Amino acid sequence: MSTVATVPDGTVNPYALSHLDSLESEAVHIFREVAGEFERPVILFSGGKDSILMLHLALKAFAPAPIPFALLHVDTGHNFPEVLDYRDRTVEKHGLRLHVASVQEYIDAGKLRERPDGTRNPLQTVPLTEAIQRHRFDAVFGGGRRDEEKARAKERVFSLRDEFSQWDPRRQRPELWQLYNGRHAAGEHVRVFPISNWTELDVWQYIEREGIELPEIYFAHEREVFSRSGMWLTAGGWGGPKDHERTETRLVRYRTVGDMSCTGAVDSDATTLDAVITEIAASRLTERGATRADDKMSEAAMEDRKREGYF
Amino acid sequence: MTTSIQPAEQLSATTLLRFATAGSVDDGKSTLVGRLLHDSKSVLTDQLEAVALASTNRGQEAPDLALLTDGLRAEREQGITIDVAYRYFATPRRRFILADTPGHVQYTRNMVTGASTAELAVVLVDARNGVVEQTRRHAAVAALLRVPHVVLAVNKMDLVDYAEPVFAAIAEEFTAYAASLGVPEITAIPISALAGDNVVEPSAHMDWYGGPTVLEHLETVPVSHDLTECHARFPVQYVIRPQTADHPDYRGYAGQIAAGVLRVGERVAVLPSGRTTTIEGIDALGESVDIAWAPQSVTIRLADDIDVSRGDLIAPADDAPAVTQDVEATVCHVADQPLTVGQRVLLKHTTRTVKAIVKDIPSRLTLDDLSQHPAPGKLVANDIGRVVVRTAEPLALDAYADSRRTGSFLLIDPADGTTLTAGMAGASFASEADEDADAGTSAEDAEWDF
Repeated sequence: MSTVATVPDGTVNPYALSHLDSLESEAVHIFREVAGEFERPVILFSGGKDSILMLHLALKAFAPAPIPFALLHVDTGHNFPEVLDYRDRTVEKHGLRLHVASVQEYIDAGKLRERPDGTRNPLQTVPLTEAIQRHRFDAVFGGGRRDEEKARAKERVFSLRDEFSQWDPRRQRPELWQLYNGRHAAGEHVRVFPISNWTELDVWQYIEREGIELPEIYFAHEREVFSRSGMWLTAGGWGGPKDHERTETRLVRYRTVGDMSCTGAVDSDATTLDAVITEIAASRLTERGATRADDKMSEAAMEDRKREGYF
Repeated sequence: MTTSIQPAEQLSATTLLRFATAGSVDDGKSTLVGRLLHDSKSVLTDQLEAVALASTNRGQEAPDLALLTDGLRAEREQGITIDVAYRYFATPRRRFILADTPGHVQYTRNMVTGASTAELAVVLVDARNGVVEQTRRHAAVAALLRVPHVVLAVNKMDLVDYAEPVFAAIAEEFTAYAASLGVPEITAIPISALAGDNVVEPSAHMDWYGGPTVLEHLETVPVSHDLTECHARFPVQYVIRPQTADHPDYRGYAGQIAAGVLRVGERVAVLPSGRTTTIEGIDALGESVDIAWAPQSVTIRLADDIDVSRGDLIAPADDAPAVTQDVEATVCHVADQPLTVGQRVLLKHTTRTVKAIVKDIPSRLTLDDLSQHPAPGKLVANDIGRVVVRTAEPLALDAYADSRRTGSFLLIDPADGTTLTAGMAGASFASEADEDADAGTSAEDAEWDF
């Protein structure tokens, strides 16, 4: 841990924490608050960099004891194979318990209907909220960051959800000091966002500092992609490309990892963490703007989905 | 100094400053925030495009930058900001977390929320209007919350011909007022957020001003004070007991150091029981260290096997806070339902939540002129008042003046979990503490730790 920071006038203040240490300390505090106050917490784990970061922070928070939480993955059925492989290796390596809520099972059972555009991201809400109710989880950690999206900028660190898992932005509790209020009635739960105050750049710099392994799709590689709505989507059995769309091989990487049907790749030759960090620092597009089709549906797309119970 | 910021240079930023803005609706707060975000490359192309598209859809000719920050449907519909939002930007020197608080009078609770975690508050004033009621209210909230640094940004200097006497008069009036409340450090800066004077770039119109720009000041203000003078405080969050083959006897007390410095070998007391022992080891997230300080999250191991659990406070044996069941505090009421004398509540202090009863509400504060309204009987949303609370169990409570972290608490409605009030133990304003203090008190007691 590098705890000595240089202050702007060039002198060293031995008591100033670096910005990464400040964010790390805050996130660890949040994990421990939940462990101390809740009965059945769970960490949402998608195999994406934010949930990988959360898992790393949780491991540090409770070391040398194991993490006192299980993981929950909402599997859209359109996940990248590299990410599922990473998920399973991680669960094995740390001896974790993994719950999977499957969108495909809901579709097969006739409880959810495939959307005409083939996007499954919005379909995650029902399997997620039903899994929370079924397992009686009372705190659900998510890797949401306030820099991602303007509705997320309004989200509390502890965000109360009613028995239908709904978010009501007008009835949020003020959040003061580091005193998080996790009171909830039976059937309600709290969504907890330990990395609320991190930016995309913070996440990558911390991943580099800590030497955290990521799924390889975050680094530049050759991939069969086709263009839809201005984004490079991976060709595959999930439903692309359509007749008029042409596949080509390009050197790309992913900035976010989600459902293959709506997560775009970006042109990149960044094969190392250093190169990725340099690329992000210079990018004129936000992470979601560059790669997420579902957020562009309407001005309030994220807010509307969050109200329904999306994470 | 800070001219155009090259993106990659942000990578060199090492420290983090949390700050809050306060200003009335027309003081130009959005413009200032917009300029700080824009000039530090924190507004990206796709966000600007989204704002331009939404503005066009509304029939507006120019992009409405308020749409960047008003994230909720209701806010965009009504064209007002109703809730605190947190924003992030960076320069080569520092990372910033900005608590962007609404300016409406009825949202005092939101400014309290934003200021509770801020190390600096920017109070905006319209140069044409000078110090008004709302300015005094903002200064008072910053003083109540004991925000260590206050910046007075005298905005719209372009509309008063960049005249030095206008700025000087406002700065003098504000500084005198804020100093009377005990605000320790005030920096006044003449700016035009619209024209860009002294926000990021030094102004070409005010050569009489020799101080820093707003951004320069944000970049250089010290973020952590000399902690060796602070009383060390460690609220226990969670007991780590692996009971595994590798660690059969490990027993560590996890928490975030709330104030001061802790060292291995130090004699400590565990409160409220008062038992004493010695710090045997400190584990700083995977690394064993001899010394740790606020706000590091660490795990502490003690030499003796005494009873310690979540909610206890570890402090130096010769510098531990008094333990009490009677709390006198200034509170800001943040809920829509009122707080009344006789009400049963929960009190959350550090990691401890206890039952409590509101014994008395001696006064309500009028923020505009700081007058006290005696015995109001109840507090309603956005009221600030004095309360007396009796707790069911003893608390190791500091004065808020000594530690923002261990002197603050929440009152919570036990029925539905609503956060009712934000509490600050001890005297309301630093100036009162000075008056209360006996002549023998040393000067350092009057200073704020952070």
